[in-house]
Amino acid sequence: MAQILGLPKLSPTMEEGVLVRWTRKEGDKVSPGDLIAEVETDKANMDFNVEDEGVLLKLLVKEGDTVKLGAPVAIIGKAGEDVSALVEQAKQAGAAAPAPAAVAAPKPVASAAAPTEPKITAPAQAKAPATPPPSPRPAASGARPAAREPQIAQAPTAKLLASPLAKTLAIELGLDLRTIQGSGPGGRIVERDVRQAADGVGSSSTTGNGHASDAATAEAATGHADEAAAPTQALAVRHARQLVPDAAGDFEDLPASNMRKRIAARLTEAKRDIPHFYLMRKLDAAPLLAFRARLNELLGDRGKVSVNDLVIKAVALALRRVPECNASWEGDVIRYYHRVHVGVAVAIEDGLVTPVVRDADQKGIGAIAAEVKDLAERAKKRGLKGHEITGSTFTVSNLGMLGIERFTAILNPPEAGILAIGATVDEPVVVKDQVVPGKRLTVTMSCDHRVIDGALGARWLQAFAELFEKPESLAL
Amino acid sequence: MAVISYREALNQAMREEMERDPNVFVMGEEVGHYNGAYKVTQGLLQRFSERRIVDAPIAEMGFAGIGVGAAMVGLRPIIEFMTFNFSLVAIDQIVNNAAKIFQMSGGQYNIPIVFRGPSGPAVQVGSQHSQALESYYAHVPGLKVVMPSTALDAKGLLKSAIRDDNPVVFMEGETLYNTTWEVPDSASGDDLIPIGVADIKRVGKDITLIAWSKMVWTCLDAAKQLAEEGIECEVVDPRTLRPLDVETLAASVNKTGRCVIVEIGWPVAGFGAEVAYQMQRHCMDALDAPIERVTSDDVPMPYAKNLEDEVQPQVKDIVAAVKRALYLE
Repeated sequence: MAQILGLPKLSPTMEEGVLVRWTRKEGDKVSPGDLIAEVETDKANMDFNVEDEGVLLKLLVKEGDTVKLGAPVAIIGKAGEDVSALVEQAKQAGAAAPAPAAVAAPKPVASAAAPTEPKITAPAQAKAPATPPPSPRPAASGARPAAREPQIAQAPTAKLLASPLAKTLAIELGLDLRTIQGSGPGGRIVERDVRQAADGVGSSSTTGNGHASDAATAEAATGHADEAAAPTQALAVRHARQLVPDAAGDFEDLPASNMRKRIAARLTEAKRDIPHFYLMRKLDAAPLLAFRARLNELLGDRGKVSVNDLVIKAVALALRRVPECNASWEGDVIRYYHRVHVGVAVAIEDGLVTPVVRDADQKGIGAIAAEVKDLAERAKKRGLKGHEITGSTFTVSNLGMLGIERFTAILNPPEAGILAIGATVDEPVVVKDQVVPGKRLTVTMSCDHRVIDGALGARWLQAFAELFEKPESLAL
Repeated sequence: MAVISYREALNQAMREEMERDPNVFVMGEEVGHYNGAYKVTQGLLQRFSERRIVDAPIAEMGFAGIGVGAAMVGLRPIIEFMTFNFSLVAIDQIVNNAAKIFQMSGGQYNIPIVFRGPSGPAVQVGSQHSQALESYYAHVPGLKVVMPSTALDAKGLLKSAIRDDNPVVFMEGETLYNTTWEVPDSASGDDLIPIGVADIKRVGKDITLIAWSKMVWTCLDAAKQLAEEGIECEVVDPRTLRPLDVETLAASVNKTGRCVIVEIGWPVAGFGAEVAYQMQRHCMDALDAPIERVTSDDVPMPYAKNLEDEVQPQVKDIVAAVKRALYLE
């Protein structure tokens, strides 16, 4: 039976998405896990993989359309099926946002009804077609309402679905369910999804989907034809957004992208709700620059270490030395994180993302450099997966390469700290009562005062400064 | 220890309890001279005489009522129904008298009676003779309902039922009489099994199958098949439906996080629904999937053999339910 496909939740925080590109067309046969479209969410361009087998009978939205979460995007079914009724239904559902759950998540209803269907009509016939049904007529022909599988209306799909065990486990393992994609009916997060996430397999939903999106990533990395098409297309779509000039022509309105809306909401909330304060410290950058030069000399053409990579390592180790700053305010408790995940703010066209270097304290400088390079490149192509941009416990933001000497950053909730890195500046410094040329770099730590007091923040900066100014210790 | 049949186990239990207590007697259709329709009372007439092995006329309401009266004045009757399908004509005595007299007499009369006989579908005996009626009796406060699946449980639980001071509905699996199990000697003194204690028939970690009577065997077959696919089922047999050993069942479900309840009765208001309620009540945070039930289809039993098999829960149905609960479909 044909059914409507709704726009799935492709990022933990998405509420709508722009259908950037259909990768399949009407009439194409698809199997579970197949990529059918790319969707721009508030975070990144995400793959939309189907969960069902069938033929794409009708594409209901055009490339570039903005679609609410759960709203109908396509109809899938058997070849040649009449879908006019469903198209009508989809139109109505699309008009009434948010879309009704029955449309948004057709899967659970369909799968719940399917196995029992034969029982409802004629069990004997269905199970043993060769023999005429012997059941007494009243039973066979009619009123057995109790056996009918009730069609229970589902809750709105924006709600996070998880089995009770999945929830219990997520709490025990300290995982955020919003970062995990469910493989159960209707996207329900079940035990195996949480275990997979805990094992670091990440949030790539079902095995089918996971493979498909991994494959897509691999393709992109190897420069497959699709890869070139994708960004161009995304760009075209963004530029296709309507400019609305004022009658007098004094200004024009550019509709905000999902990412801009998200940045607006999150940062307003952070700056309004978190009592920020700022600690500044000027550091001697000369030893670190020398250390970096030596590292790059050793690396040769096998890679390159940036000041930022060394800063990430120093931040991670400083958090190990002063673990009280690796924490977040949780309303009635302060949560202290056992692992150190450093977020790295990366500017991309039209916004920024913060990919995460996990367990940065345990990684070598070379490994961090390679990882940051990969993450930043993919961030610019909007190719990051949900789990790569969530879960950081402290963030580093660097505007030094743009000539900014110092700045104050807004905290990235729920983190209690963010470190803003300025440019290295040549200036006269006093060494042993002599004015000599020196290299200085200013860092500014923004702190959540609910978690970090002034003295504690200063202690952390002290630890950071020691690591930064004696960079050999980063290799220990 | 000896390997004996379910039938022999029941026979031993009655024989030993009759030896132990002269107040115990058996009454029912063809229990004496014919040695029982299913030969469960084989040889008891020769041993205990017509005074204690009483052949009754075809009048279930009558002899069930006589049993209740005898229990009121201190005897310990065992009332055999040729099958529990026939207990329907005596159900007023069981539900309205046996189950209520203790309470309605203000505790003056307890009713130490056992109603026993085969229960559940057998092979091509027609709609009226193929019913699983445990849900009827498990519904009634004042009754205990026992449904052993093995010879070991049959013997130990029947002895406990006979010694119990309250009415016990003891339902035997009609197709289990020839099944065998290792049973300890009565001389050892450890052959009693308390009413209300579940038994784990197979240990597993992935999913809990809850079943009683014949369905325990079907579940064990399904578990064996699933084990070949790497799925470890825990098969838990409550053995007694009332009182129900919720602790043991819930402990298993809390361990595995998934539950399939298998019963040979009909789905609507079947006892499995009560079990499902109890499991969600006590295992909410451990559940990874909705609790599944496998039951007979919601129809009177067909006579044709192929249809009769299809209507009842089979290994394939249990396997399918297990895979649904594990999201492996």
